[in-house]
Amino acid sequence: MRNPYLPYPVRIESIVTETEDRNLKTFKFVFLNKEDEEAFKYTPGQFAELSVPGQGEIPIGIASSPTEKGFIMFTVNKVGRVSSFMHNMQEGDIMGVRGPMGNWYPWETLEGKNVVIVGGGFAFTTLRSSIVYMLHPDNRSRFGNIDVVYGARMPGLLLYKEELAAWEQRDDIGMHITVDSTDDPNWKYNVGFVPAVTKEKAPTAENSYAIICGPPIMIKFTLPVLTELGFPPERIISSLEMRMKCGIGICGRCNLGTEYVCKDGPVFTLQELAQLPNEY
Amino acid sequence: MSEIYISKEKFPEVVGQLMSHGRVFGPVFQGQFHEFARLDKPEDIDLSFQNTRLSPKDLFHPHSERMFTYSLAKDDPERSILKEAPKDYSPSVVLGIRPCDAKAFQLDDRNFDTETIKDPWWVERRKTTTLVGLACNDPCNTCFCTSMETGPFDASGLDVLMVDVGDGYVARSVTDKGKECLSTLKGVQTVPAQAAEKEAQAKKAAEESMGQVLDMKPIYEKNTLELFHDPLWEEVHFSCINCGTCTFVCPTCWCFDIQDEVQGDSGERLRLWDSCMFPLFTFHGSGHNPRSQKIQRVRQRFMHKLKYYPEKYKDGPACVGCGRCVKGCPVNIDIRHVARLMAASCSCPA
Ligand code: SF4
Ligand code: SF4
Repeated sequence: MRNPYLPYPVRIESIVTETEDRNLKTFKFVFLNKEDEEAFKYTPGQFAELSVPGQGEIPIGIASSPTEKGFIMFTVNKVGRVSSFMHNMQEGDIMGVRGPMGNWYPWETLEGKNVVIVGGGFAFTTLRSSIVYMLHPDNRSRFGNIDVVYGARMPGLLLYKEELAAWEQRDDIGMHITVDSTDDPNWKYNVGFVPAVTKEKAPTAENSYAIICGPPIMIKFTLPVLTELGFPPERIISSLEMRMKCGIGICGRCNLGTEYVCKDGPVFTLQELAQLPNEY
Repeated sequence: MSEIYISKEKFPEVVGQLMSHGRVFGPVFQGQFHEFARLDKPEDIDLSFQNTRLSPKDLFHPHSERMFTYSLAKDDPERSILKEAPKDYSPSVVLGIRPCDAKAFQLDDRNFDTETIKDPWWVERRKTTTLVGLACNDPCNTCFCTSMETGPFDASGLDVLMVDVGDGYVARSVTDKGKECLSTLKGVQTVPAQAAEKEAQAKKAAEESMGQVLDMKPIYEKNTLELFHDPLWEEVHFSCINCGTCTFVCPTCWCFDIQDEVQGDSGERLRLWDSCMFPLFTFHGSGHNPRSQKIQRVRQRFMHKLKYYPEKYKDGPACVGCGRCVKGCPVNIDIRHVARLMAASCSCPA
């Protein structure tokens, strides 16, 4: 068995600044060893530890989709020591990735169902992975309607803008992009908070599952809307964030009662969360 | 199973034989306390102890351990590539470990050694180490092992159990590893009938000397969330100063941190004991902290030991009743009292 603490060495292939405030950058990594790329088999919803020698490790959701070959991608918010250091790294630099870790969105359960994705702010990374995955020609027919409500405070804070625009053009996905406010006269999409836009667009709850990721305040106000639309707690899926070190259920810090967010999560249904101490 | 008798006179010689086969660790009197340490010479071991102040978990899960090393030198083609730090996995014997501590390692195994994920360092050290335990003839008044599914003569976590019968030790193997260990020893005797008798008496006396017995069943039966929200934590956490002593000394507290340290162009990744008693333990990069309050941290420690672990693994508490946290706590928080409060909170009024 491979040492689970040993990262795969990767090279930074590209770095893209995503947001106007320059706090979010997207890193594309290429594995130095081909066999590592094959070993790193992931499913949308999983995360990995980004490992910067000399700085430390941070758990970050995988933003690429397994249908995208040759690289893996992560969008990193600049908050602490490791993420700030990463923001100053250069294309070509060598670092490490450990994973994939955790569970994933329940793709088998979602088969044949409508999927409603609700995202806010920078918590759109594994949701991007999921959308790219579902829209892939091999997968699109496995799911019913796909609706996406994605909001940010202002247009400049939306992630993956080119892809959002491309998805807007498609007829096999209902995109509902929104911003809290904007003074851009050319803004083509919605203005309003995510809960309000979700309510207005009212995707059907029938035969549907909702995946919701975002800041706690957005989740708090969107859950009642989903409930009102008819989504029961077992069909509302969310992904949690925690401080983590090992990422493999050993170091002890990310538990909610009996469950380790890194290993038993990060994906839980609302029904599952209701059974656990709310220490998140 | 094999059994032998080692007279106290012969004991140093037997220790010497073990030392000639590999590394031997045992209780050594250091300063004011007994601690587990590697023996330099057979006389270093001192079995006239009740228990060591720190648990021997350090032997499998060192307080600070080098995981990887790496170079950060600009011109090094291996720059930023982590290399496993070399470890000493040569065979070793832990001599004189208490039954409770050995049992604790079995509980810890569930964390470090699972079907899907194995902590390579813990697993390898466990594999190459033989635990030759010493039964407790004289348990401390802080011990409550018999309430925690182990006991002063519990052999279940050991490879060999030794019992002090006055003028010598009766040693019985429990596992094949233990049998092999005993088979290497020369100059030992078969167990005299009288010694076997004394052994049985010592066992009876030790078990009877364990005072109170805690009833853990109500805790296992009560709903987790009810216990979590019970007002009892208000009382329990009040005097705690979050010093972390309890987790530091505990043989079933395994939580750790991972840190990078750099000197010049070379760096290492370390793993260090950590504690759920510290606010940083759960502090997010964003500033959010799910256990920012002391009451949350204290509750986490007791709930993990007495409720979450048994519920997760469908087996006993993650506490072996060694009493170290009771002895070490500067404000006298006593896990036995907490267990009683937890159990009492569960009894339905008639
Ligand atoms: S919780 Fe206290 S009594 Fe129980 S094993 Fe740990 S140190 Fe010993
Ligand atoms: S030893 Fe006592 S005071 Fe210190 S953290 Fe543990 S319970 Fe709190």
